[in-house]
Amino acid sequence: MSELANFDDDQPLLVAEGLGKNYGRLAACRDVSFALYPGEVLAIVGESGSGKSTLLQLLSAQLAPRAGRVSYRMRDGVLRDLAELGEAERRFLFRTDWGFVHQDPAQGLRMGVSAGANVGERLMAVGWNHYGRIRDTASTWLDRVEIDIGRIDDAPKTYSGGMRQRLQIARNLVTEPRLVFMDEPTGGLDVSVQARLLDLMRNLVGELGLAAIVVTHDLAVARLLSHRVMVMKGGRVIETGLTDQVLDDPREPYTQLLVSSILPP
Amino acid sequence: MNAPTYNFAYLDEQTKRMIRRAILKAIAIPGYQVPFASREMPMPYGWGTGGVQVTAAILGPDDVLKVIDQGSDDTTNAISIRKFFGKTAGVATTTSTMDATVIQTRHRIPEASLHAGQVLVYQVPIPEPLRFLEPRETETRRMHALAEYGLMHVKLYEDIARFGHIATAYAYPVKVNARYVMDPSPTPKFDNPKMDNCAALQLFGAGREKRIYAIPPYTTVVSLDFEDHPFTRYRFNAPCALCGADNSYLDEIVTDDRGGRMFVCSDTDFCEQRQAAGHHGTESAAPHKEKAHV
Amino acid sequence: MTAMIELANAEKTFTMHLQGGVELPVVRGVSFHVEPGECVVLSGPSGAGKSSILKMIFGNYRCDSGRIGIRHQGKVVDLATAEPRQVLSIRRSTIGYVSQFLRAVPRVATIDVVAEPLIVNGVAREEARERAGRLLRRLNIPERLWTLPPSTFSGGEQQRVNIARGFISDLPILLLDEPTASLDAANRAVVVELIAEKKTKGVAMVAIVHDDEIRHLIADRIVDVTSFAAAA
Ligand SMILES: Nc1ncnc2c1ncn2[C@@H]1O[C@H](COP(=O)(O)OP(=O)(O)O)[C@@H](O)[C@H]1O
Ligand SMILES: [Mg+2]
Ligand SMILES: [Zn+2]
Repeated sequence: MSELANFDDDQPLLVAEGLGKNYGRLAACRDVSFALYPGEVLAIVGESGSGKSTLLQLLSAQLAPRAGRVSYRMRDGVLRDLAELGEAERRFLFRTDWGFVHQDPAQGLRMGVSAGANVGERLMAVGWNHYGRIRDTASTWLDRVEIDIGRIDDAPKTYSGGMRQRLQIARNLVTEPRLVFMDEPTGGLDVSVQARLLDLMRNLVGELGLAAIVVTHDLAVARLLSHRVMVMKGGRVIETGLTDQVLDDPREPYTQLLVSSILPP
Repeated sequence: MNAPTYNFAYLDEQTKRMIRRAILKAIAIPGYQVPFASREMPMPYGWGTGGVQVTAAILGPDDVLKVIDQGSDDTTNAISIRKFFGKTAGVATTTSTMDATVIQTRHRIPEASLHAGQVLVYQVPIPEPLRFLEPRETETRRMHALAEYGLMHVKLYEDIARFGHIATAYAYPVKVNARYVMDPSPTPKFDNPKMDNCAALQLFGAGREKRIYAIPPYTTVVSLDFEDHPFTRYRFNAPCALCGADNSYLDEIVTDDRGGRMFVCSDTDFCEQRQAAGHHGTESAAPHKEKAHV
Repeated sequence: MTAMIELANAEKTFTMHLQGGVELPVVRGVSFHVEPGECVVLSGPSGAGKSSILKMIFGNYRCDSGRIGIRHQGKVVDLATAEPRQVLSIRRSTIGYVSQFLRAVPRVATIDVVAEPLIVNGVAREEARERAGRLLRRLNIPERLWTLPPSTFSGGEQQRVNIARGFISDLPILLLDEPTASLDAANRAVVVELIAEKKTKGVAMVAIVHDDEIRHLIADRIVDVTSFAAAA
């Protein structure tokens, strides 16, 4: 992709060191280490069951690792071990500096509450107390994600799949987070709907200088959105590098298999 | 006249001690919902079993009890609870707000300002103000623990988006002692300001949901709102047809089958005291325009 | 070094794991340099490894051994060992790549596709659009097409959009992979002109061109890729 954030900034935003997680005897995630920089988009690819979503949950502090740790640079510039944050701090991070876009919009939205309130909720959670300003900001965001402002008072249960996903993005971005986690953000959508969503996400990520960690089994998504990819297999990162380099010149047998698209999704 | 088969105020002493411990904890943490082991009472849920258990736990032989239902001392519900304690505790009962030491209420706060030493016991059907938008109990508990109350404003936002103003008229959420958001039970929002800095102790009992919460005397209670949509009280814009009061909460009474209606105080004791003091209304059934009353 | 690009013993072998791990050596001992304002043309038959070398200089293909020195923001960076972040930084402010095919960005208007590299580097949107328009006009893309996404264009039109996008920037290094392949004579002449202008601005270029006449017009030096053949 061509809109690049400032890569000369050499303070990492998130650092994973030796992350591991077991489910019983199954090692869902083994010895994962990397650093993510501000404005950088990292794709985690691999077939289903390869440990992508487990890793995403470890990175976003929704799961506690068995081994290793995740550190995040808070807005005050201090790098903090996520395991040492209190629950209140962690939840605050989730509502302000982080976003999480779920594959299933029903998990990320309040389906029975109006779109405006869905977008406004994070603002109200951080103390916004002026209805008019909350609504104006929600309108601006609906517009940015190409949802007709006339639908602001409709609940997402009346929305199409693509609209729900765009609403989920607006709901997450309204507090201007610095890091967004996405779990198969285009999964389950029609191809044409996917293209529109990807284009939108790509522009927003570029305009806002967002860092993002995107889990996807779709290499086209990785190519369009990410600067860097990590290929996972059996809970391990088996190959990592610049996205176009890994996809055009894959080194590992498994990556070559993925790229040759012999594997079913 | 105590029926010998009952312990004083029906509940056994151990149960009362358990409830008192819950009440003490509730007083110590204003607005916080304390779980308690709610007992079966000889009346159905929805008849105020939570309030009855709280009353039973705090009642002493010298107390004077008043019971109101929607402001009235004379409804079946109010009468039967009053009789219940008359029979099981032998306490004196009254309809006078001023004379009562314990007032059990459903859906109203008396108009006369309460004084120090009184206890107001609310019957609560649903204690959880966040339930409307977040059905998961584990999540609402965490929200209270962390004072994450954005969701409460989501509900008010939805009101304004849909009706142009905050349409919530009953069970209007409040923040107690600048910490816990609390459901004041389905009282009209007209009564909300009476909870603030109140001289009496306010106790809330939810029987089916097994929760007790409290507002100690002289505690700050603020109704949630938006800067540009501030909290407003609401009453019908009319004087009471019986006592002429223009500052009390009114019930609308249909007087005939041709659309005739009149407005009278919902607080019957308040209305009768005023009439006894020589105040009179016009008894007119003239329709009045509804209007917000600040 | 004063060179903008300096390759020393760069080597590339593909290992085809899906074909039983067969090794496919492409090039070895690749050594040449490119000075500012110079256009070096790679020559050799099809399959000799010309495009692979270009892709290695861009960081798109990995370099197995050797060095690819790039002058980036006043310092020399070895692209063969650079971190992904550095490679991205180099692509943003030092190396431009004009491939044979436009990687279509869905839904974006042609004028914005062309203007984008300038905007990314901080040029105001209006000015970037104006420069994009000038370039599109020179490359004979009719104005009525500018607001449409290029995905529906003919092959030749798409290639001209791609050239405009590649040439609009002020990057000091340009890599050109058959930029004139499907162009008519008039448009080929425009590209030759554009390359000449880049030279006067000190841009270092590496190009692959099959057309002998064009090669003759643009090449300051020719590097024969067959000399790097990595015959197994
Ligand atoms: N991504 C790749 N994976 C495997 N082999 C490749 C890849 N890219 C190029 N090759 C092989 O490398 C050799 C050189 O190709 P290329 O660089 O395209 O040559 P040229 O541009 O000179 O025609 C060819 O055998 C080609 O098949
Ligand atoms: Mg080639
Ligand atoms: Zn009256």
